[in-house]
Amino acid sequence: MKVLINDTPHELAPDARLPDALQAIQAVPPFAVAVNREFVPRSQYAERVLQADDRIEVIRPVTGG
Amino acid sequence: MSNTPATDALVLYGQTFESRLLLGTARYPSPDVMEAAVRRARPAMLTASLRRQTAKPGGAGGDNGFWDMLRELKVPVLPNTAGCHNAQEVIATAHMARELFDTPWIKLELIGDDYTLQPDTLNLVGVAETLIRDGFQVLPYCTEDLVLCQRLVDVGCQAVMPWAAPIGTGQGPVNPYALRTLRERLKVPLLVDAGLGLPSHACQVMEWGYDGVLLNTAVALAQDPVAMAGAFADAVAAGRAAYRAGAMTAQESAQPSTPVLGTPFWHHAQQQ
Repeated sequence: MKVLINDTPHELAPDARLPDALQAIQAVPPFAVAVNREFVPRSQYAERVLQADDRIEVIRPVTGG
Repeated sequence: MSNTPATDALVLYGQTFESRLLLGTARYPSPDVMEAAVRRARPAMLTASLRRQTAKPGGAGGDNGFWDMLRELKVPVLPNTAGCHNAQEVIATAHMARELFDTPWIKLELIGDDYTLQPDTLNLVGVAETLIRDGFQVLPYCTEDLVLCQRLVDVGCQAVMPWAAPIGTGQGPVNPYALRTLRERLKVPLLVDAGLGLPSHACQVMEWGYDGVLLNTAVALAQDPVAMAGAFADAVAAGRAAYRAGAMTAQESAQPSTPVLGTPFWHHAQQQ
């Protein structure tokens, strides 16, 4: 199935969960995640089942004002 | 930061800060310059933000130098929600920031206009209320509108941060009347956030009784950011000291400071 990870299309297995998406972009800590604009706590990654067309945001700390 | 009251310390949400300067971390010429500026200014907090992690060849998800620097500096981090344009984006970003930085602090930014970066004043209060209900310690970036700031306080904001001028302009306070009125009317801590360009701007608002300032560009884009960081820190301290000292009342006419009595060569006839 197709999902968007940080606005880039990725193809994942139909039964993919959030860790599969993180693996797809080789996410490196520290990061935090939202799916379809809703925060997903780190403790829920493993159980979070993804759906086709999900929009996954993986964010990292950056400088800011 | 501590929970122990100190003389004239800044207190936000029950936590005490030795400095009244909050400093941004963006736009510096280099990470080394930023670190040196922070060490010179010794700010109460450092702002930070969140952006997408981009995959890189070799598997590195991004440079963690900034993260490592934050941990080394040991200055409390104030994450922001910069770039968010609606409530859902703000709330998701705030929760991600809380997990990532392990802090309840959030600088609430809800942008209503991309050209001026003016906050969305019509929706800011509702978002602030939601975040406070979710356990955040919210510092809202807002305009100097008295009613807006009062409403933010009403929903639980224990401090508010009105702008002096649009972000990054360095214009200094463009509406002194409104800022001074706000200070007179609201009792919660007020921090001027955005639009300051000179240490004198910071000193001015501190003289008016503001509790602190948050700035970034004025330091980062100075020709010598480290020296400017020190200048702002000194200006904030001077303005605060002046406020506490109590300024004289301005007079319309000249008042000689040197005693008139006994002036040499003075003669009554000279007045005729």
